[in-house]
Amino acid sequence: MRRSALFSWLQAAPLALVLAVFLVVPMAMIVVVSFFDYSAFALIPDFVFTNYQEAFGSAVTWRTFGKTLWFAGLTWIITLSVGFWLAYYLAFVVKGEMTRTVLFVLCTVPFWTSNLIRMIAWVPFLGRNGLMNQALIGMGAIDRPLEFLLFSDFAVVLAFAHLYTLFMVVPIFNTMMRIDRRLLEAARDAGAGFWHTLWCVILPLCKPGIGIGSIFVIVLVMGDFATVRLMSGGQSASVGLMISNQIGLMQYPAAAANAVGLLAMVLLLMAAILRAIDIRREL
Amino acid sequence: MLPLQANVELINVTKRYGGGALAVDSVSLAIPSGSYCCLLGPSGCGKTSTLRMIAGHEEISEGDVLIGGRNVTGLPPVQRGTAMMFQSYALFPHLTALENVAFGLRMRGVAKAERLRQADRFLDLVQLGGMASRLPSQLSGGQQQRVALARALITHPKVLLLDEPLSALDPFLRTQMREELKRLQRELGITFVHVTHGQDEAMALSDIAVVMQGGRIAQAAPPREIFEKPATAFVARFIGGHNVLALPGGRFAVRTDRCRLLPAGQLPGLVSAIEYQGAAVRVVVAANDGQTAEALLPDAVFHAAPVEPGAAVTLGWDAADAHPLPDAA
Repeated sequence: MRRSALFSWLQAAPLALVLAVFLVVPMAMIVVVSFFDYSAFALIPDFVFTNYQEAFGSAVTWRTFGKTLWFAGLTWIITLSVGFWLAYYLAFVVKGEMTRTVLFVLCTVPFWTSNLIRMIAWVPFLGRNGLMNQALIGMGAIDRPLEFLLFSDFAVVLAFAHLYTLFMVVPIFNTMMRIDRRLLEAARDAGAGFWHTLWCVILPLCKPGIGIGSIFVIVLVMGDFATVRLMSGGQSASVGLMISNQIGLMQYPAAAANAVGLLAMVLLLMAAILRAIDIRREL
Repeated sequence: MLPLQANVELINVTKRYGGGALAVDSVSLAIPSGSYCCLLGPSGCGKTSTLRMIAGHEEISEGDVLIGGRNVTGLPPVQRGTAMMFQSYALFPHLTALENVAFGLRMRGVAKAERLRQADRFLDLVQLGGMASRLPSQLSGGQQQRVALARALITHPKVLLLDEPLSALDPFLRTQMREELKRLQRELGITFVHVTHGQDEAMALSDIAVVMQGGRIAQAAPPREIFEKPATAFVARFIGGHNVLALPGGRFAVRTDRCRLLPAGQLPGLVSAIEYQGAAVRVVVAANDGQTAEALLPDAVFHAAPVEPGAAVTLGWDAADAHPLPDAA
């Protein structure tokens, strides 16, 4: 009994060590630094609340947090609705394992390039003289270029949706593939039409996949700074961007305080998702 | 509960899968209303496809299905007045037993309180009153099956279709559930169509047994008639308890329990195996002409004149018990 307990500890040790060194210690550092004082040139070890007071006493911070949440919410809704139907199509409409695999690989093609390139690729398409505007003008649909296409919140959310929809598709597709096809037949036999089957059978059984996809998307969007900077042309802010700017100005304790705030917010969101959905069924 | 009855009629029903493979080949069958019909056959004989075509879960390539005199060939299941009980039950894993049973009513827009009240009654009908709030994963196989049965019955179908409902149960539960199915069918008075590959199940349950082979009906008759007068050698072998033999007089089937070891029988040979089965003893005889036959002897008869494997014996039967068969396989 004692020996096997020791053995279990040994087996868990490598992962515990990795998590401790690369997750727990840095997190603790951030929390510690968030209470430091700082000057223009130096960190001053201390225990002060000024960083938090400055951060959360300012309306700008609250607006930025709000904006970040808004980006996350909008992106979540779009990736969920697009991702769900993509997964549905792959799992239930496509017949044949081969076609399904080919289409699935096709979905991952954007991931063969880096995030940055995928974002930059939108510029010639959405720009003032980009393909989109030229096409619309050429068709006579508009007579002046649409300004909101690039360097706007629209562009930011579009890029997020483009970048992260796959993170929604994969887990939902996985749960859908595990649904016993006879359940759909049983639903049909009981008189369920398409929407009834979707709402009463498929959706509840996909919840773990939706939960996991939501966690991916929300965490990625909440922590983003590059997409917001690039696609908004510097006109929008997110918490990530704010932190990145503060780091650029060497205001590490201020950045750390914001990071702790962001962490708390993300953890709250995760808690809400995990409360609503039991994802353990999927793991 | 008013019994709603309907007969089921298949007229030249054919199922052709992509690639031209024939699963069901022009099957015609009349199932009287209120009867228990078993579709019986080895796997791949087309019995499940036939059932699924009656249910509306499989497209009918050719022919018509009539239920209660109404042509339902192109209709979805809900408009046929049928309900299906699926193999391995297909219960919704996220719904409780009660919600599973109420599902059909929910789809028909019955208010929640009313449908749960009715579902409760149907759970009682299958003797699962205390299990209403359990999830399928918290129920045993036999209990899951009862939930599936209640779920199928709650919409008051005129025809209940059962796809190998007993195959996942252990032998003891199977016998018990068999009795219960028969009791329910008698009480509700609706038509049951039951797919099985077990001939004992078909014999025990059915008013009409339909033996299928290669997508066609080999014989459709009351089980006693099938056992007494198998139409083909396949039926005689599949239904069991028969020797299919060819002697100069032609091919025929003779029940193993009608065979005896006689001093002057029709089939001389050597005993190749003896199996004690309690009430009876099975004696396998390798005949001198290469055929194999067996006799099922009452234990008293066997023990009055026991034989050993290797003993030379002669198998005999009453000429009247030999049931002639067509020559083709």
